[in-house]
This record gives sequence, C-alpha cells and structure tokens, in this order.
Amino acid sequence: MTTVETPIGTAKTMVLNMGPQHPSTHGVLRVLLELDGEKVVTADPDIGYLHTGIEKSCEHKTYSQAITLTDRMDYLNPLGNNLVYCLAVEKLLGLEVPKRAQYIRVMMVELQRISSHLVWLGTHALDMGAMSLMLYCFREREEILKIFERFSGQRMMTSYIRIGGLALDPPAAWRDMVKSFIDMMPPRVDEYEELLTDNRIWHGRLKGVGYLPLETLIAMSTTGPGLRAAGLAFDNRKAFPYSSYEEFEFNVPTRTESDCFARYLVRVEEIRESLKIVRQAMDKITDQGPIKAEMPGVIPPQREKMKTEMEALIYHFKIFTEGFSPPPGEVYQAVESPRGELGCFIASDGSPKPLRVHFRSPSFVNLQALPLMVKGQLIADTVAAIGTIDIVLGDVDR
Amino acid sequence: MSELANASARTVIERLRSWNAEAVSQIVEHRGETTLVVPHKLLRAVAKQCKEDPELNFNQLSDATCVDRYPNEPRFELNYQLLSIPRQARICLRTSVSGPHPVADSLEPVWPGANWMEREIFDLFGVRFEGHTDLRRILLPEGFEGAPLRRDFPTEGQR
Repeated sequence: MTTVETPIGTAKTMVLNMGPQHPSTHGVLRVLLELDGEKVVTADPDIGYLHTGIEKSCEHKTYSQAITLTDRMDYLNPLGNNLVYCLAVEKLLGLEVPKRAQYIRVMMVELQRISSHLVWLGTHALDMGAMSLMLYCFREREEILKIFERFSGQRMMTSYIRIGGLALDPPAAWRDMVKSFIDMMPPRVDEYEELLTDNRIWHGRLKGVGYLPLETLIAMSTTGPGLRAAGLAFDNRKAFPYSSYEEFEFNVPTRTESDCFARYLVRVEEIRESLKIVRQAMDKITDQGPIKAEMPGVIPPQREKMKTEMEALIYHFKIFTEGFSPPPGEVYQAVESPRGELGCFIASDGSPKPLRVHFRSPSFVNLQALPLMVKGQLIADTVAAIGTIDIVLGDVDR
Repeated sequence: MSELANASARTVIERLRSWNAEAVSQIVEHRGETTLVVPHKLLRAVAKQCKEDPELNFNQLSDATCVDRYPNEPRFELNYQLLSIPRQARICLRTSVSGPHPVADSLEPVWPGANWMEREIFDLFGVRFEGHTDLRRILLPEGFEGAPLRRDFPTEGQR
C-alpha cells in the first residue's frame, strides 16, 4: 500500500479531533488523535482554552488581593490553592502561623481532598458508563460544601485561608457538622467500592489501561496518585511536611500495577486516609485560641485594637491601601493537592506587589504523560486515561 | 529541619564543585531554600550531573519557571526546582539569559518532563530553548503576538 504524507500522519491514518467540547475531557481539553482504525498512533493534547492569565494578574495585585485569584485555578481544590499561596507568602515573610489555625487549615484541605476525589470518582464512573455512582458522590460532596459554606460563607471559592491564618473563626456548631460527616462517610465509601471494585465491566475498562512504568512517570515529572499507583510512596505531606502534617498519623496508599484501576484504588484509599486526618485534626483544634498570626503592618489588626490604638488604625489603613512589602527574594512552596504536587513560586522585589507568581499545577504537568499512556491503545481507553490523570482544566490553563 | 536541608545543600555544592570548579558561580540562601546560580553555558551539564551523580540523585524536575527582571540586564532568570525523591531533598538551579531574543539550553534531554514547562516559558516569556524537540506555543493561540508575561507587556493587553 502506498502512503501519502500529510501534515499530521499518513494516508493510512486518520486524524480525529477529540474535544474541546467532548464531555469526557472534563472541561475544554482538545486532543488530536491520530488513529489507525480504532488504535491511537499519536495523541497531541491541545490546551489553553481556559487560559486567563492569572499569573500576570497576580503581578498587579497586592499580596493579599491575589488570594481570590488562586481559588479560581483548580476549582475542585480552592482551599488547597489558597493554602499553597499563603504558605509561600508566609515563607517569604518568615511568618509563623498559630497552631490552631494550622490544624483548621489541615482539616479544611483534607475535606477538600475528599470532595475533589468524590467528584473524580463520580465523573470517572460516569465516563465509564456507571451513571448511578455520580449521584451518590455528588450527594456526599454536597455535605462538604455545606461545611465550607458554614465556615466561610462560600461553597466553592472560599478564600478562607489568608496570609497569616484564616479569614474567620470556625462557626459555633462546626464540630457537630464535621463529626456527622466523617461518621457518615466510611460506610458510604464501602458502598462505592461495592458498586465498582469487583465489577467486571469496571475491571474490563480499567485494568491494564493507561499503563506507564515508574521510571517514565518520574521522568515525566508526574506526581500524586498516578505516581503512587506505580508503587512509589511519595507524598509532600510526608516528605516535606507543612502546616504541622508531621503531627498527623496517616498512610500513603500505593499500588504497583500503574494502570487506571490502580489509580482508582489509590484514590479511594486516600479518601479513607483523609477521613482519619480530619478526625485527628478535630481533636487537636481547641475551642479558643488565635486564628491569625500577629505581625504589625502585615496582618490586619484586631477590630477592638483599632478603636483604642493609634498604630493599629494606621496599619489597618496602610495594609488595605498599599499592602505590605516582603523582603526581596524567591521562594518555592509545594503542597500535596488531590492531583499531585501543587507548587507556588513567588519572587519578591521588595515592593507591595509580587514580581512574579508562578503556580506549578499538577494537572498541567501530569497531562503531558497522556500521549505516552494512550499510544497503541483504543480510543475508548483514551477516555479512561484522561479520567484517571484527573485533570482540572482551570488548573491546567490558569 | 533547616540545618539538615543546609547540610544536604552543602553536599550538593561540594559534589558539583569537585566535578567542575566553575559549576556553581553563586549560592543564594533564602528562607531555608538553597539556590545555585549556574553559568548558562553549563546549565545542561550541571543538570545532568545533578541527575546522574548517585549521591545527588535529583531524579525529578518539579518545576521550571522564568522571572523577568526588566529593565535590568540580564533580564530573564530561569529557575529549575529539582527534587530527589529517594533523598527527599530539593534544590533550585538558576541561570540568567539576556536580550530581547533570549536562548537557553533545554533540559528536556535530561528530564523529559521539562517539555511542557519549557514550552510554557517559551509561550509566555519568549525564551527559546536549544535542543527542545517540540517548541510550540502551548497556552496561547498560535497566531498570538508577543510574550505576555514579560514585564513590558501591558496587563490589559496590546491594542
């Protein structure tokens, strides 16, 4: 057979445009698939449809104003984004956050991890044709969003974590709310597993699909559940603890198969581990205590002090008009987001606005392993592989 | 904790300097993080050494990003966050490139994961990478003119 070279591929192959409106690309991912029959020859992800220039906008806002932008990157993990940005600014300032605020932060980001994994599980099952699970997962996620709303007034874009601590004290009845959620959850996770883990169709769609060896994953900078499903127990919460994670007891679940099914099992196990962390955090959080660090000129003063102290009033005015200026220098802070290593690089030139803010988003970096994962597999397997990378397009494109 | 990090950074510096005396031109310590400033001609060789020396073993590139120091020259600072998973250590490599058409050596031959990170820098800062296999725009549309993350690019966009 004679073959003709075309700009992409040869006449033997066909180029198929998957996305950006394809429902299983979880947003606006476009993948150019070069196909030989049903087999994928090459896959070229095309991203940027959701690029909003958040990093550029950060350069033109004061350090505290930029927090609201971070919520809008990875919209399934807004608290985690707040956390990494605030930790980076706090590192830049050399600021120590009170323990009570640290524990509340841990509790909130672990709840966020559960909610993110629930959305992943529900939508991934939906992609694979198991529709009912999505309804169950979103039912439980709703409870987490209600907790967030009580804490911060917002269901999703909470901006609850602030530089130096938290925006608000926890609401009066928070213990009952969180407790009833973590008591309800374990049997519900068992239910999901009952529906999926031994399901033959689920096995057929996921086992052996999207396999990549561990060395390739490390070389491609993959982190998070994808790496742990290949047998490497690397987790930033253990390796480089932040926000007092070293005081919590939890396991880092791993599998060795490195296929879509292993990634599913790792994530389900992570939900259980997160529940353990939330329970421990509840015990550690005291009823009274500061939720904000004290640093005149950086952290807004308490309302009462402003009425009696001249300096407090001046600082309040200065912080909200011109902001604060961290010393010049660069920092890189990494946290473990539900998707992998979420990093924040900030360069300060000593002015009230950052010189450069860069987010190392796990979705963006993990997605570049997709062409390797789907090479030689079926189109239907591409859907499974995209699903188990767990991308959030807001995080990919920023 | 920070002492340990510094001890590990000292080993890295000693190993690199004993391999090539020119490898590290400056050491920046800030908030417990160590940044090694590397001459841009040696960047890829140093990166390779960091990865392949069994005592350094920086097997993953966590992040690559650029800072525009406009109007200072050399204006573009490239920062590479290296991670050693077995040693649980991090270090930052930094190099500077200058001019309106900056060129740096790609680290893709060392860590394939640098591919998209460098494409992002190329896209948003206009820094070219020698030896990159697929240097195309990644976030912005193909016909876009300019490099929006440069400091002299207006935030509200070009008119």
